[in-house]
Amino acid sequence: MSADRPAVSRRRLLTGGALVAGGALAAGSAVAAATGGRPGTGTGPVAHYGTDVEPFHGERQAGVATIAQAYASFVAFTLRPGTDRETLARMLRLLSDDAARLTRGEPALADTEAELALLPARLTVTFGFGPGFYTAAGRDDRRPESVAPLPAFAIDRLEPAWSGGDLLLQICADDAMTVAHAQRVLVKDARPFATVRWVQQGFRRGRGITDPTQTQHNLFGQLDGTANPAAGTPAFDTAVWRTEPEPWLYGSTTLVLRRIRMDLEGWDLLGRTERELVVGRRLDTGAPLTGTSEHDEPDFAARHANGLTVIPDFAHLTRARVGEDNQKILRRTYNYDAAPAADGTADSGLIFASYQADIARQFLPIQQRLAEADLLNEWTVPIGSAVFAIAPGCRTGDWIGRQLLE
Amino acid sequence: MSYSLRRRRVPMAVTAAAAALLLGLAGCGSPDSPATADPSTSAAPGTSAAPGTEQAGGDAASVLTVHDPWVKAAEGGMTAAFGALTNSGDVPVTVVSASTDISPVELHGTSAGHDGAMSMSQKEGGFVIEPNNGLALEPGGDHLMLMELSRPIRAGEEIVITLTLADGRTVEFTAVAKPFAGAQESYAPSHG
Repeated sequence: MSADRPAVSRRRLLTGGALVAGGALAAGSAVAAATGGRPGTGTGPVAHYGTDVEPFHGERQAGVATIAQAYASFVAFTLRPGTDRETLARMLRLLSDDAARLTRGEPALADTEAELALLPARLTVTFGFGPGFYTAAGRDDRRPESVAPLPAFAIDRLEPAWSGGDLLLQICADDAMTVAHAQRVLVKDARPFATVRWVQQGFRRGRGITDPTQTQHNLFGQLDGTANPAAGTPAFDTAVWRTEPEPWLYGSTTLVLRRIRMDLEGWDLLGRTERELVVGRRLDTGAPLTGTSEHDEPDFAARHANGLTVIPDFAHLTRARVGEDNQKILRRTYNYDAAPAADGTADSGLIFASYQADIARQFLPIQQRLAEADLLNEWTVPIGSAVFAIAPGCRTGDWIGRQLLE
Repeated sequence: MSYSLRRRRVPMAVTAAAAALLLGLAGCGSPDSPATADPSTSAAPGTSAAPGTEQAGGDAASVLTVHDPWVKAAEGGMTAAFGALTNSGDVPVTVVSASTDISPVELHGTSAGHDGAMSMSQKEGGFVIEPNNGLALEPGGDHLMLMELSRPIRAGEEIVITLTLADGRTVEFTAVAKPFAGAQESYAPSHG
């Protein structure tokens, strides 16, 4: 096997001959993959998923209405002391340019691993501003009122390691390699301005594994996100996007990012019927216990012969339910699954990403009801919490955040 | 990206033709480069020439563009600038010098020494770009060396750099400063 492979001498490597050949090979296979061609192994064409592009530029940022990609990395930063408006503008110019290029499937400027940028796989980079960002910019007057730390809830066990942040970069793609490269580029360019506060990496079903618009299961086995408004509908726009005329608000939204630890060990003690009562929905179809399919209207008044409601009064579904579109939230959640402890105890949960036009009007009432009484609280613990304004989008050649800073 | 080709006392028609050509070429550049173009320098036919430039011959086809320029952010001392030079004309173009208002600039090449380590030295004869060809200024290769910064170049900042061609014409572009750990080739000033 090694007989027909020419030896590469150290001298030849240093003098560049082998290096050039290697570079040409790498570039060749990248091109082959990008065009769906055969890279020489005879395994056949690959799907087009790698080259699929989500537009970066637009009135609104991508990564919110975008059909959730398979992988996400939420990277929160703490601004360095002394950061001011001019500094923030320099940072956002750099990061916006990186995002614009990478999402097109082009290397960033000065990209040290240019080949890794060629398959964007629906990459999106979404910028969020925490309360500290507005203060550093001298723009507290432009901060949406409810973009502030959430009130404390009795169920919270928040850890600083997963909470707060001045700047958020939400990096999503259908390929983990693409996410890793984008994160590396963006973190390097953010480094003169900010330190990494926390990173939360999560996953959903892989691209092509299920219908991408289908509600997915979480690691408890529950369908998660049934009540989401559908992208492209008036209900979605009402729930998610701000429409005030101020240019730093129009087309923006807000993100509440909660890290929810799920007690898989405790969940194991429940039988299937108990699990369904806790949530108020079937595990297989996601149908309410009073219905047969996922999107059936739940009947909270329906009772068994013994007088008990079919859907328990404290089921998650009962407590989380809202009627009006302007009270709904958009959940775009990812799962996390860290290494289990030596005894096998899972370290798993949800990266619960909730988008809404107004946190006070939409997120807080739901969260308040759930914190007061939700059977699911027995098996879930919020261990991280952060709040960001998702800035409006930008046009080609422009940069995210200009409306706020200028 | 941005650049401009400045002339002194060139007939209006030639200047306008050159400006039109430059505008057309500008469309080839990346619209997302944070190095913003200054329209007043590239689209001002008939305006008086900027000071400090020399008159060139009437060879409007010899056009050099700079794509995706960037400079390595630095606190002080030396740093380097990079970008893709393209000669879209039909005669060779030679860059003989470069300048900024914050540092003397030299044109450098990089080569591997006998020990395999990379070192750089001033490029004899400047950068020659053949017709319809390009020259990549990149870490580990040819680059513009800013020899002694009079002030820091901070990440995200934009630095105006002017290239002077052998025929006296100049090409101006704006390079954005990137945080960059590499491009630390040792400098060998005694290149002879």
